[in-house]
Amino acid sequence: MPSYLFWLFSTVMLIGGVSVIAFRNPVSSALSVVTCFVGLAGLFIGLSAFFVGVIQILVYTGAVMVLFLFIIMLLDLKDEEKAAKPLLPIAAGIALVAAFTVQLIGILSRTPNVIAPNLDKETLAAAASGFPATSKIATTLTQGKLPDVHLIGHTLFTQYNLPLQILGVLLLVATIGVVILSKRQAD
Amino acid sequence: MATLNDYLLVSGLLFAIGLAGVVLRRNVIIVFMCLELMLSAANLTLVAFSRFNVPPNGLPDYNGQMLVFFVITVAAAEVAVGLAIIVALYRARQTIHTDELTSLKG
Repeated sequence: MPSYLFWLFSTVMLIGGVSVIAFRNPVSSALSVVTCFVGLAGLFIGLSAFFVGVIQILVYTGAVMVLFLFIIMLLDLKDEEKAAKPLLPIAAGIALVAAFTVQLIGILSRTPNVIAPNLDKETLAAAASGFPATSKIATTLTQGKLPDVHLIGHTLFTQYNLPLQILGVLLLVATIGVVILSKRQAD
Repeated sequence: MATLNDYLLVSGLLFAIGLAGVVLRRNVIIVFMCLELMLSAANLTLVAFSRFNVPPNGLPDYNGQMLVFFVITVAAAEVAVGLAIIVALYRARQTIHTDELTSLKG
């Protein structure tokens, strides 16, 4: 990804993030999270993680944030009134965040920097030898394209089969839990 | 070309923003959104490491992206349960401001 695209998407993401906590209206905050996640998906796609980028848009901005908006409108939340906030917790929070940022910059300035390894046609074509010659992954790699979704599926169903099953059970438990939680309060 | 440290810095800043929101805001729903921001910052770190740490076959390290996949799924389940709890909380107390939620007993 060219440098200017990286900084463009990072800026969109960080501005979205800052406006989440700056806006008083919860709906504006939710839409800022959407902006933030769109920038983040751009960064993912720039890192050649196409599947994760698309999932970020579909699941996070498409499903999760709509769920948030739905709940905000269901509860009919008003803007936070400008009550006099206690100063000490705010100062402590800002100090905490500033300490974290200073620490982060300090660590990053001392760690060795790495540039992205090449993902050009030759590298991809050379990687095709690790897969069966007639498979979709191998043919796409030979053409010099990265079959991101196929590779993710391959890894998911060969190396991570058991975690995937456990994840299915987790989603089932979450669904049942949500139904029970919303049933109980009706009594 | 953006380097690994650029990605780590941006992701750390996003995490700091999320942390600031969790500490500073008093609306439970916005605190919850900021938790999502922090999870996404971790995802960005994972994807960056997956791209910059290349195993011998020359392709990106897909183990990192698997973890992102699992994090996103667990986060979606977490959001569903968390929002159900918030709705239940609102019905019981008619407020979702952390300052007014001072007792555990319903």
